[in-house]
Amino acid sequence: MHRPGMLSIWFFVGVLLLCYGILILGSAIVNYNNPPKVVLANLHADLWWGILLLLMGLFYSIRFRPGRS
Amino acid sequence: MFLQAEPQQLLHLSPVDLAIIILYFCAVLGIGFYLKSFTKTGEDFFMAGREMTAWIAGLSFVAANLGSLELLGWAGSAYQYGILAAHWYWVGAVPAMIFLAIVMIPFYYISKTHSVPGYLKLRFGEPARALSAVSFGFMTVLMSGVNMFSMAIVLQVVLGWNIDLSIWVSAITVALYVTLGGLLSAIFNEVLQFVLIWVGALLISIIGLIEAGGWSGVVARIHTNFPEQNFTHMWSTLGNFTDNPMGINFVGIVFGLGAVLAMGYWTTDFLVVQRVIAAKDLRSAKLAPLIGAAFKMCVPFIVILPGLLGLAMLDTPGHHFLVGEDVAREALTHGQVLHTYNQVLPIMLARYCGPGLLGLGITALIAGFMSGMAGNVSAFATVWTYDIYRALIRKDASDDHYVAMGRWCTIVGVLISIGTAYLVRHSASIMDYVQALFSFFIAPLFGTVLLGMLWKRATGPGGFWGLMAGTGSSIGMWAWVKVDPSALRYIAMSPHAKAMAEDMFRALWAGLICAGVTVGVSLVTKPKTDAELVGLVLGATEIPSEGHLPLWQKPIFWAGVVALAFIILQIIFW
Repeated sequence: MHRPGMLSIWFFVGVLLLCYGILILGSAIVNYNNPPKVVLANLHADLWWGILLLLMGLFYSIRFRPGRS
Repeated sequence: MFLQAEPQQLLHLSPVDLAIIILYFCAVLGIGFYLKSFTKTGEDFFMAGREMTAWIAGLSFVAANLGSLELLGWAGSAYQYGILAAHWYWVGAVPAMIFLAIVMIPFYYISKTHSVPGYLKLRFGEPARALSAVSFGFMTVLMSGVNMFSMAIVLQVVLGWNIDLSIWVSAITVALYVTLGGLLSAIFNEVLQFVLIWVGALLISIIGLIEAGGWSGVVARIHTNFPEQNFTHMWSTLGNFTDNPMGINFVGIVFGLGAVLAMGYWTTDFLVVQRVIAAKDLRSAKLAPLIGAAFKMCVPFIVILPGLLGLAMLDTPGHHFLVGEDVAREALTHGQVLHTYNQVLPIMLARYCGPGLLGLGITALIAGFMSGMAGNVSAFATVWTYDIYRALIRKDASDDHYVAMGRWCTIVGVLISIGTAYLVRHSASIMDYVQALFSFFIAPLFGTVLLGMLWKRATGPGGFWGLMAGTGSSIGMWAWVKVDPSALRYIAMSPHAKAMAEDMFRALWAGLICAGVTVGVSLVTKPKTDAELVGLVLGATEIPSEGHLPLWQKPIFWAGVVALAFIILQIIFW
């Protein structure tokens, strides 16, 4: 979509992923020494997934930020 | 059908999980409010201004189909039938999407129709449009209600949430953002929801594969658990009805599913076609289904694989951990709560995902439900407003009036869906009937639209009576098997066929009957002139050339790439 003045959908996607990344990474750090009782908890999937979402969110938020043509 | 039972709560959410879910609701509503100021005309509200890029239209095209039944139901089917369930994502989608992109989109796009019933009006006249529009509108809101009820039941069983609260909160959210921003808002949110479905569900498959020791480990464990049955091959067991857990053969899969039912759904169901014809130009409209097909091919990784992981990791030799709905219902009468096939996805989620990731996974399920429901109500609003209200009730109102009507019928569509959800709650068998009813219209509609696009000689009466005959015969075959279950041997051509095979073969016969009647009636009625068929039919329409484009920008090139990937997947999992 290229309508003048309209934010890109990818900006919304980026902001939401960024928020999710922060929340999940924060939760993973808090629970690092007391991992949840799930299979393969030793992999700390929440930590890696939180970082991945954070990076993806940062990329899309910056790449499609308002005002950038 | 999802079990209606006293819930034994599977998951417990932490504050961070709840924050993730609440954030999601805020985001979809925020997008709806933000886009309201960009939705002023009928073209904005019903067609998203016809300015979607190929990527957005393509992602929206595939996301609108990823409803809650799609995610949970097919994961359950994979647990029940094995990898055969992936046929519904591959042979049951990809060839049809390629066909839509290359053969049918030019006619939808060049005719500038607002809808599939609108195309039938241009090609066959008002009776065919009226029949198609009324049946589509009716089925769409009913299906939306069934999806809503299924999701509410899952949230109740998995999270212990109140079923009424789940239905009303999710329905009001969808109603708000679609009413505010129309198709534009629905498409924006579908792209967001598609991303969330992936980031929420992908980890189940990744961690599951690590636990099982890779794909070979999954296959080995399933073979150890069930040495008598073949759950891991897609084609080698389809020679005979008795060789596979689904009770179907390759004729049913290739011709019933691939050639008729899938073609019918992906090329004529306005729920998905609407997303593609909202593209900004013909090339984008042709690329959108190809992008959708590429992603659709990947969806089994987050839907089918968790079901197979359930077979590998939850089950023990000769014993299924999960049971069918009927067994669970019977056990419940004795006070025993058993988990069903359809709960395999949330069960695997609980197995691998702790705080945070659990909220993300639940958000993925809710996003799947909402994208499917928004697709239904936005398509319903367009068909009601343009193909029923404007065509049959008020022909000459202002554009503002039709936009207002679109907003109101979005709300009414959601309310009817809620009503259906409660109807299903009180009569479990209605869900089976609604799904059967939906299938009555898909295969015949494909026969009618296809002949309309490719055969100049097809006439208005031919199209109308073909559609009527196809639908009528499909209902007749369904009723015959209901009254006399042994009739299945005639419909599906084998006494060993199971329910899934019945749907495929019924679609095949209905499509053939529709085509036969359309041809027969057309040959004895007066055809339209070539001048009347410009923009509607092959041979009377000039398709814009793409010869000046480099190869990699041509839709036909990407159709070849997608087709090649599809063939390779079939060989790998043969």
